Amino acid sequence: MSVELLKGNVAFAEAAVRAGCEAYFGYPITPQTEALEHMAKRMPELGRVFVQAESEVAAINMVYGAAAAGMRTMTSSSSPGVSLMMEGLSYMAGSEVPAVLVDVMRGGPGLGNIAPAQSDYLQMVKGGGHGDYKMIVLAPATVQEMIDLTLLAFDLADRYRIVSVLLADGSMGQMMEGAELPPMKPLAERPAWALTGARDRDTNLVSSIHLDPEEEETFNLHLQAKYAEIEANEVRFEEHLLDDARVAVVAFGTAARVAKTAIAGLRAEGVAAGLLRPITLWPYPEAALRDLAARVDALLVVEMNAGQMVEDVRRIVEGRVPVRFYGRTGGVMPMPEEIADAIRETASAGAASGAPADTAAGGSDAPAQEVPA
Amino acid sequence: MTIQAPEPLLTPVYQYPESLTHVPTHYCPGCTHGIAHRLIAEVIDEMGVRQDTIGVASVGCSVFSYRYFATDFAQAAHGRAPAMATGVKRANPDKLVFTYQGDGDLASIGAAEILHAAVRGENITVFFVNNAIYGMTGGQMAPTTLEGQKTTSSPAGRDAATTGAPLRMSELLAQVDGAAYVVRRSLHDVVQIRRAKKAIRRALEVQRQGLGFAMVELLSSCPTNWGLAPDAALAFIRDEMVPVFPLGDLKVPDEPAAGAPA
Ligand SMILES: Cc1ncc(C[n+]2csc(CCOP(=O)(O)OP(=O)(O)O)c2C)c(N)n1
Repeated sequence: MSVELLKGNVAFAEAAVRAGCEAYFGYPITPQTEALEHMAKRMPELGRVFVQAESEVAAINMVYGAAAAGMRTMTSSSSPGVSLMMEGLSYMAGSEVPAVLVDVMRGGPGLGNIAPAQSDYLQMVKGGGHGDYKMIVLAPATVQEMIDLTLLAFDLADRYRIVSVLLADGSMGQMMEGAELPPMKPLAERPAWALTGARDRDTNLVSSIHLDPEEEETFNLHLQAKYAEIEANEVRFEEHLLDDARVAVVAFGTAARVAKTAIAGLRAEGVAAGLLRPITLWPYPEAALRDLAARVDALLVVEMNAGQMVEDVRRIVEGRVPVRFYGRTGGVMPMPEEIADAIRETASAGAASGAPADTAAGGSDAPAQEVPA
Repeated sequence: MTIQAPEPLLTPVYQYPESLTHVPTHYCPGCTHGIAHRLIAEVIDEMGVRQDTIGVASVGCSVFSYRYFATDFAQAAHGRAPAMATGVKRANPDKLVFTYQGDGDLASIGAAEILHAAVRGENITVFFVNNAIYGMTGGQMAPTTLEGQKTTSSPAGRDAATTGAPLRMSELLAQVDGAAYVVRRSLHDVVQIRRAKKAIRRALEVQRQGLGFAMVELLSSCPTNWGLAPDAALAFIRDEMVPVFPLGDLKVPDEPAAGAPA
């Protein structure tokens, strides 16, 4: 294998092909369309399934059907299209079928624009559709990770019979950089529960109905136990210059990349700054963050939204250290200098506060708390 | 004394279909969903394809149809059965895949999914049970509700001026190039039921031959929500529904499907 210059959208699509994805269903939407176009050519070439659906509603339900039939299957879209998929995603959680969804996020709300944003964090991490369910959410920060995390997304989806989401933003989809594709994987056998015709076996059913509330609760407890297992086993994150850090940024995807540039500049000035980059947004690196909060004076959450992941960070940190937020919205990318300024302010606020307290730029909504040692 | 099992006196001519489970249905007395189920099951038996058939249930009174058919089954979201069936069929091109949908499901919330399944010539078979009402939710107006028909959401009778006239989905879908077989039958008497069964057979044969999208619309009764006794409900289909939804073949393949029953 060798390093090639690849566009993010093409990279994840080709990675899916190599991961053994046998059926792709999608609907055009910028800034993700190159993936659909890649699949339109590649999948038929390999004798696999490609369907351009009439809508994202249809696309996700086609994925639901192919997943119910036990195929590795996926769709990709961007924010407005992903909103239309919420119904199908909830049904897939309710019937425990595996699949992969790629959301190349763009500026919103509404039609918004086609510039990069991270404003679907809450929608993806907290469920989005109806009912108590979770999806594994992976956040790439390089084109190489668009590839690697797509492979991981399929493996985790199959292992846990869950939907895995690759949550990228428009710049991840559009940027080109050197990356290495994996070799072609052999196609997987259909699992025993799949709908393949009841030849010499009992009939199979893929359904999300449990009309009896007690039975539905039993199913929900089963889902929650599965989610707890995922939380225990599948957390992934990157720690960058955290060993001696006094102030740490928490950011994912493109925001984390920009933050790294800012941190490099500050390090040269002697500011002890570092970065915690969650790679799994669910399950969230809670233990790593709690541990970090015990070591630094203050945390700065940087996002390309109005403050979504920061809600989780504050929940996890429980007031141990000040948590500040810096975000740009609507498709605007934060610049390294802006982030550097925010880190400096956070560092001085942390040093001044000394003891655990809360401050937050752009609205302090987390009251200082008494925290048991 | 040993008891000898009696020799069968006659060859049975009417048996419980192998493709139906032995689960009692939840349908109301006089509802024709049960007849539709039985016809489909008989045809699956006669074609010998029970182990090669996958059903996709929709949302409506037939939501539990997966309990009654002894085949693999999926349960789709409201209106999305044709999209889900697309995924199931593309993943299993050598299996027979059918959806079973009501008129609220197919003609209202799922109008886009059914239309585009036909546009793609999706090689699936659709059983469309048209009872001119939303049965499961308690009798609201459907796109197929007749003009003047009283429902819980058109208490003064359906007014075409504000809610439109009944939507004839079979006529609409027959316009689509990808549709290979689109017919309307009724379940209101024995003759019609026998015709319906032949159409069900043909629709599955069309799929087996890979000819494209096939749909059988079945005019059906809803005594409970129409507020009619079962016999009066069958008369309502004959006298009120058939004039609005004429029975017949709206589109059939040029060549008669080989192996189809006479
Ligand atoms: C998204 C969504 N909206 C509404 C419903 C509620 N609902 C369940 S069945 C139904 C109508 C079904 O009517 P029809 O398709 O005509 O079938 P029937 O019950 O008459 O056999 C509705 C509106 C639902 N389950 N999902």
